[in-house]
Order: sequence, then C-alpha cells, then structure tokens
Amino acid sequence: MTKNIEELEEVVIKFAGDSGDGMQLTGSQFSNTTAFIGNDLSTFPDFPAEIRAPQGTVAGVSGFKIQFGSTSVFSPGDEADVLVAMNPAALKANLTSIKDGGTIIIDSDSFKIKDFEKAQFTSNPLEDGTLDGYNLIQAPITNLTKESVAQFDIENKSRTRSKNMFALGIVYWLFNRPLDITENFLDAKFSKNPELAKANKAALKAGYNFAITVELLPSNYTIKPAALPKGKYRSITGNIATAWGLLAAAEATKLKLFLGTYPITPASDILHELSKYKNFDVISFQAEDEIAGICSAIGASFAGNLAVTSTSGPGLALKGEAIGLAMMTELPIVIIDVQRGGPSTGLPTKTEQSDLMQAVYGRNGESPVIVIAASTPSNCFDFAYQAAKLALEHMTPVILLTDGFIANGAEPWRIKKLADMPSITLNMATKKEGWSPYLRDEKKLARQWAIPGTKELEHRIGGLEKQDISGNVSYEPENHEKMVTLRADKVKRVANFIPELSVQGVSEGDLLIVGWGGTYGSILTAFSELIKEYKNVGFAHFNYINPLPKNTNKVFSKYKTILVCELNSGQFIRLLKGELSQFNYQQYNKVQGLPFSKKELINEFTKYLK
Amino acid sequence: MEHLVKDQQLTFKDFSTDQDVRWCPGCGDYAILSAMQKALPQIGKEKKDIVFISGIGCSSRFPYYVETYGFHSIHGRAPAIATGVKLANPDLSVWQITGDGDALAIGGNHFVHVLRRNVDINMILFNNEIYGLTKGQFSPTSKTGIQTKSSPHGTVDKAFNPGKLAIGAGATFFARVVDVDPKKMVDVFVEAEKHRGTSLVEILQNCVIFNDKVFSAITDKEGKFDNQLWLEHGKPMIFGKENNKGIRLNGLKLEVVTIGENGITENDILIHDAHCEDETLHNMLVNMVLPEMPVAFGVIRSVKASTFNDKLWEQISHEKTKAKFSSIDEVVNSGVTWEI
Repeated sequence: MTKNIEELEEVVIKFAGDSGDGMQLTGSQFSNTTAFIGNDLSTFPDFPAEIRAPQGTVAGVSGFKIQFGSTSVFSPGDEADVLVAMNPAALKANLTSIKDGGTIIIDSDSFKIKDFEKAQFTSNPLEDGTLDGYNLIQAPITNLTKESVAQFDIENKSRTRSKNMFALGIVYWLFNRPLDITENFLDAKFSKNPELAKANKAALKAGYNFAITVELLPSNYTIKPAALPKGKYRSITGNIATAWGLLAAAEATKLKLFLGTYPITPASDILHELSKYKNFDVISFQAEDEIAGICSAIGASFAGNLAVTSTSGPGLALKGEAIGLAMMTELPIVIIDVQRGGPSTGLPTKTEQSDLMQAVYGRNGESPVIVIAASTPSNCFDFAYQAAKLALEHMTPVILLTDGFIANGAEPWRIKKLADMPSITLNMATKKEGWSPYLRDEKKLARQWAIPGTKELEHRIGGLEKQDISGNVSYEPENHEKMVTLRADKVKRVANFIPELSVQGVSEGDLLIVGWGGTYGSILTAFSELIKEYKNVGFAHFNYINPLPKNTNKVFSKYKTILVCELNSGQFIRLLKGELSQFNYQQYNKVQGLPFSKKELINEFTKYLK
Repeated sequence: MEHLVKDQQLTFKDFSTDQDVRWCPGCGDYAILSAMQKALPQIGKEKKDIVFISGIGCSSRFPYYVETYGFHSIHGRAPAIATGVKLANPDLSVWQITGDGDALAIGGNHFVHVLRRNVDINMILFNNEIYGLTKGQFSPTSKTGIQTKSSPHGTVDKAFNPGKLAIGAGATFFARVVDVDPKKMVDVFVEAEKHRGTSLVEILQNCVIFNDKVFSAITDKEGKFDNQLWLEHGKPMIFGKENNKGIRLNGLKLEVVTIGENGITENDILIHDAHCEDETLHNMLVNMVLPEMPVAFGVIRSVKASTFNDKLWEQISHEKTKAKFSSIDEVVNSGVTWEI
C-alpha cells in the first residue's frame, strides 16, 4: 500500500472536541512532537471557562490550533488545513474557519441525531451538503478506540477516554510524525498505572495504523524542518517561560524568590510551576486572596526577597492599593498580569489587552510604576527576568503584562543560558555611614534596600507621605510635591536604561504599524505578507509601555500615519496621544477575546497603502 | 562573660525613636507603647532582628515609635505583610500591631487566615471598641446599641468577641490584658514572643475621646478585683477583693462560687490549663462577660503546634535533599529538547 508523500511549507491544524475530550493534551502532544522534529510553530489553545461545559454543545467546545512549518512561524494561523472534530459541536464551532478544500476528520460514532440536536444542526451536516468542498474523513474513532484497548485491565469509563490518542495517531500519520515522544510522555504520565499507559499507547498506534490502511486519505504530508538559528531548542509556553525567567533572576541575584499569589485563570500556571522549585529556596505562598498575595510579597520584599505576585485583570484591580504602597515605600516587586477578556469577570479563558490603562494608571494618587509587556511565549522568559532587574535596580514595582494568548500558547525556544542574561546590580544598604532610608542615587533616583537583620539600619517605612531623604512622616506641602515629582522622575529615568524602539521594514514612509505585547506574532505574520506587495511601510512593536523607549518620538516622526493595533478599544493609542500628541494616529481594534487574524490585519493595513 | 552580656543588655530607651508620639493625651496607647519598650529588652533579640508591622488606625502608628525595623502599611493587610516578612526571614521577631477595625473589619479575612496557618508572629490587638482615627464610628467590637456618629440611633450590629473568633480560626495562643495594667502587659508580651505560632494579645484599650470609660466597669478601682479573673496556667481560677471567689464547672456552664459558702472549698475551683489542646474551656473563658461573670485575663490559651514557617522551611530543606535540578540552566534544558 504505497501512498504519496507531498511536501508542504506550512500547515494549520485545529483539534476540537468537548471540554472533557482531552483536546488540549492532544494539541500539546502534537506541538511537542512537531517542535522536536524541527518545525517552527505557534499554538493557540482556546477553551471554555467551565471545566466540563455542557457536553456536546457549541459552548462546551475546547480547541487547540497549531500552525507549523518549514519557514518561520509567528502566529497560530487563520483558517485550518485540517480540522479534527470529535463531535458535531466541534464541527459547528469551526465550520467558518477551515480552508476551502481542507480536510475534516470526524468521529463518526458521535455524529448521531441527538448529537446534531445538541449542536443545533437542523439536519445531518455529513449529508446535507454542508461539507461539500472539503475532504471529509469519517472514522469510527470511539468504537475503534474501545477495540484497541479491549485487552487492557482498565476501568470501563477509561475505555473511550483514549479516543483523543486515536485521533492524534491519525494526524501523526497524516503529517509523518514519529510516535515515540508521545509514547514516552504517556509512560511518564501514567507511571503509577502502567495499564493506562499501555491502553493509551495502543489507541495512538491504532489511530496511526487506521490512517495507513484506510483509503480515504490520498496522501500524507511532510514538512521540512524550519531554518531556525542553530542551537538547542525546546517547546515553551508563556507562563512557564515567565516562571523560569523569575527563577533565573533569583539565581543571578542569589536572592530567594517569593511568590505570593492567589489562583486565577489564566495566570495559575505560573504558581503551579514555581511551586515545584522549593529546592531553589522558592517560597510559593498561596494566600487567602489577591490582596494577601501581593501584601505577603511586599512583606517578603521588605525582608529582602525577590518578591513577585501573579494575577489577571480582576486580581490586578484588587491589588491596586498595595501596588501604591510598594510604590510609596519604594520596594522592589514584580506584578505579573496575564491579561484576559474583561471587564469584571469577563472572558476568563480568552485573550485581550484591556488592562493597559489599569496597569499604567489604576491606582489612587499619583502612583507611577514601570509597565512592560512580553510579546511572545518564549520572550516571557526575558521580560520576567527584565521585570525583576528593573524592580531591583530601580527600587520600584514593575508590572509585567502578558496575556492568555502568549501565556498558554507554545513555540520553540532557543534555550538561553543564565550566563547570557544581563547582570543585575542589587542596591543593598550595608552600613550606617552615609545612609538614609530615602537617600537616592543620582542616576536612577533609586533609594537603597535596607533589610531587617542589618545592624544599625533600623528604620520605619509606610504609606504616609515621606520626608525627602529621612523617610520620616511628613505633611509639609512643598515636600509632598517634591516627593511626587521624585517618584515620577524615578520611573521616567528608566527610559535611560531600556532598549530603544526598533523598526522592521522601511524606517521612513507612509505607514508605521504599531503594536504592543502579545500581538507581535499576529502582526508580524500579516506584516511579512504585506511587504511582499507594499514597500512603504514599517512595523514597530512595543515591549516598554511606561516609560516609553526614548526614541519613540524620533521613530514616529518618520511616518505619515501611525496605525496602532490592539486587542482592546484603544488604550495604548490614548497613552501615545497623551505623550506624543503631534502625530497622525489611526487605530485598529478587536475586542472579541481572540487574537488578530492575518486576513483582517492585511485588510486593514492596505486601506492606508493605496 | 556574664558581665559583658549585661553591659550589652538593651533597655527601654534603646527602643524609643526620635519621632513625636501623636496620640491624644490620656490615650491607652501610651501605656502599651511603654510596656512594649520594657518587654522588648527581655525577649533576647537584637533590635535589627525585630520588625513591627501595622495596618491603619490610631494603633497602627505604633511602629514609628519603636526603634526597630517597622512598616506602617495599609488598612487590614498587616497579617499578610507580616506573613511575608516571617516566611522570607524566619529568624526575625515579627510583631503585628492592629486595632479592632483594622483586624476584624477590613482585615477580617487575613486575621483568620494567619491564625489558621499559625505563622509565628505576635499580633497585638488594641481593642477600644470604636473607630478613632476616622473620628468615632462604631467598630465590629462595639456593643450593640452604641450611639456613635454613624449610628445616631444606636447600632443594631452584633459584636465580635476577638478571642472567640480567634480560637474558632485555630488560634494556638490567646491572651487578654488591659491598658491600665502595664506590668501584666509586659509579662504577656514576653509570653507571646516565647510562644511558637501566632500569638494574639487582645488589649482592652480606652479611647479617651470617642469611647471613654467603655471598660470602666472592668478597670475601675471598685470593680477591678471582682470583675477581673487573672488566669495563670496550673493555678486555680480564684479572684475577688477577698480572693475568695472562684470559677466552677456546673454541667456545661461556668459559674462563680464563693469559697467557704455552701460547702465550697478550693478543691471545687477549676485549675487553669492553658496548654490543653481542646479549646472548649478556653472558649468558655473568653466568652465570660459582666455582670454574671468576671472577664478573663492573662494567657487563656497557649498550645504547642507546628508553625507554618517551620513547616514551609522543613519542606524546602527536604526538597533540597532530593532535588532534580541544581540550577536554572538545568531546568531549561530538562525534558524534550533538540538541536538544530
């Protein structure tokens, strides 16, 4: 039985099923294997907020999209080449996002009349012409899975659970992937229950073999390894990279890492990951609420730890007063906000960039802090490290913004060495001579860190206004104004210590596309496509929000139009207009809980490039 | 050698700062500050290893006046900040200063959780049954019916009993004192520091401006002896001007009896067992109110239990013995990796 092998440059696959079907695991296994064989990739897990949303309904569909290829991949892609739909609801939820002529693999065992009704199909989509123009592969996945695991001594309810592995096996064959990485994963995952490991491996293999034998599949595909820079790679998500960046900063400074936090979607994986590393003196403290999370971190910072709190939008709101306290007492602390759809509880599992205003301005009084934003899953490592560096060197809170998209999304990461990271200089006070609690260094205006346990440096700090230098409580009008200005200048001066803004494409022209944070991959994908046809356009992406890079003004002055693209109603553009009002700004916004697609961005860009 | 230690011994003065104390004249807080400054030289810690953390309120200005490390933080959150300090550096002696509003209203959540975890800190609760700094509104410990600026027709709120709440939350140490008894305060502060775990000391503190004489029935000269029961571990619960009144268990209730009347002898009087893990009797003692019963003072409960900070650091030490990774470089290179 010989099959054709076709070579492709890039492919988008979407795995979709019920929220209990294991689609996230399936997708991440496919990603790991795909990364391992050298393709570049980007993933997009997209799941409901409910742990087990109503079975079979469109609202309960959990999806995992991956784009991979032999060239650089910056985003999880728009429409899928292949959709794996474990039930009619999964099909329905994704019908509009499959390429014409794309392949749809369905579990035919779950396409019964009552399944259609739950998914609110009025007729059988397999027969009514809905799927004309697609390459439909109907596989009795549930039943074949049951048969493939029949010989194993496992619970009955586990017998159909491995159907995600069966589906994965089909897709592995379709794209010529090896099985061993997932097999090893299953052995490790079920090391305490080897029968389950065997059953899952059997289902995976059965899916693979099924794909070989059925004649529905005309060919399988190969995607050559991408020409990535040489080095050692691994797959990484933004949340894990964030956690590791903090570990790196703790090791670089020889400080204990303290994470005071409260579980919240989509930030909890940072807590989960850091909780594993007690051996590195990591103190992960799951507090009674968001406020206690940050307050315990402030206490740890006062006592000399590298202090961190992690949260999402609603939690950042609760932490506001405490961030003000850390700002006032000029203690180093990193606040990580993995943004999600808001306002209020909003869309907990969806992505958005709508906390920018809250991060920059969301506190009482004049309360400036450093705000930076990571832009890809892997550079969360660098920006978490950088957040720690800035907090410690400038003695101030730093808010690091990531978002659900890059926090849960994965990509290959060329592994960094700690030795390659920039050094961090601590600002410790060690002796009484020449020291005062609020005496500042001239360049940064940072005060020194005098931690309990240090002889003769006993002093009192607090949220009441401080007298300049002594730090004693002061209600003097002139002193208050001076301190407000000093605290603002301290943050402004950070611009002297951060990289300048860089531009891709032309450095002078009609249009500058501007983005910030987690939209980098989406915008770059569209931009790369755009410049094949249009030349007079540049792209600048911001990782530093407050303060802005020093050369922002200079960069902007070279373009006729500045188009600011964000996943909110226009927050960064307001900040830019406030700081640099002289430019011709345009905005492009999307507030659907979803990342930008390439198509919609290119449509928008071309409006400005006639 | 002994001489040397004596010479270095810290005194009351070592713990005074150069800041003007800004409480109202006659405020009970002065006596507490002074008792603390007398207690601190007795706890065997250097100034550099002592930290005072407070929230917001009159009492929370306290850290500014004690020559140690100090942190005047935000309303209600001091237990969380103190927890962070203690976990970060378990060698520090950490004192939280709080009031009835700070601890039991806005900070109620942190109050119960720090007690539940048994973090090794000392929590000094200034209970004046009123909001002072905001100028006279009722607090969660104000007696029902109290007329204040925010309750001109009298409150309809029920009050918290801090001891009962604390024991309910799992407190391992609870003591009660009055601001007019400085010697007893010093002793109790020293006991609180000795106890491993969260030590809660409730101080009945008079607010001369907004709630003056609220505790006078307990503290007045004429009522003092008959209305205060000072508990000491291992000693019978005897009180009264004539030292002839005692507490007896009658069925499921405590009652006051007089030794020498109705055949009552000292043998009928309960012996205080502060170390008893079962909190039933401790609860009954903290619940005693005038006029039927005297108010219980002293160390009411002090039981041994492992502390959160000890257990955390034991876990950290243990994890080091079986660690898979010794550096971040090893972590990032673990799992599935590949070369290009």
